[in-house]
Amino acid sequence: MLITNIEIIPGKKITQHLGLVQGSSVRAKHIGRDIMASLKNIFGGELKGYTELLQESREEAMGRMVQQAEAVGANAVLNVRFSTSSVAAGAAELFAYGTAVVLE
Amino acid sequence: MAEILIFVALLALGYGFGRHAETRHYKSIIQREAALRDIPVVTTKFPPLDHPVNAELVTGSVVISVDYFKRFLAALRNLAGGRVTSYESLLDRARREAVLRMKQQTLNLGGHIIFNVKLETASIHKGRGSIGSVEVLAYGTALIHPH
Repeated sequence: MLITNIEIIPGKKITQHLGLVQGSSVRAKHIGRDIMASLKNIFGGELKGYTELLQESREEAMGRMVQQAEAVGANAVLNVRFSTSSVAAGAAELFAYGTAVVLE
Repeated sequence: MAEILIFVALLALGYGFGRHAETRHYKSIIQREAALRDIPVVTTKFPPLDHPVNAELVTGSVVISVDYFKRFLAALRNLAGGRVTSYESLLDRARREAVLRMKQQTLNLGGHIIFNVKLETASIHKGRGSIGSVEVLAYGTALIHPH
């Protein structure tokens, strides 16, 4: 499965468009990370726990998008975009979407 | 009285550690930027079509928090208005770090250029109307010459 955020792949032809595919993941941070984060709020610096958490959930969202693309018979997802929104205090939604296509 | 002491202690801790962390971070950013300079990052959507390449999505993200002292400065700035330099440097560090991580991933994949780079910023902490910490995500498409 080829995943990119450009619209064309040099040297490859799109033979079929299969429409929008999407995946999302809502995650809450756990209490241990919260305590570390409030310490970091005093000292400043990178919140590694959060970086990893968001990275993992973004990968999960992408995984779900890829599953959807496979289900419709695509072999590539083009023009992928990410978006983040906080749905409630302490929880964030990571959302990935793109266009499923068949490349020759 | 105790409250004032705690407040002053937090300010001092924030100033000391925050300043140290920022200086060290900037040093490392400048060093790595120099090392990764030969991977261009462009916002063009359409790569040249002259020869076939492999393409792969690359991402880099970071969550950075501001320290207590700077948050206090920003709160003061809120009264007078104007540039909030303490948050400007926070966002600058976060963006440069995210781009650097994306570049590092590209290098590991054997890519030579990144197309259609997008930067996205989200604030993580929604407590008491402050920014606190921000997440910056950089993503783009790495082009890799097939061997």
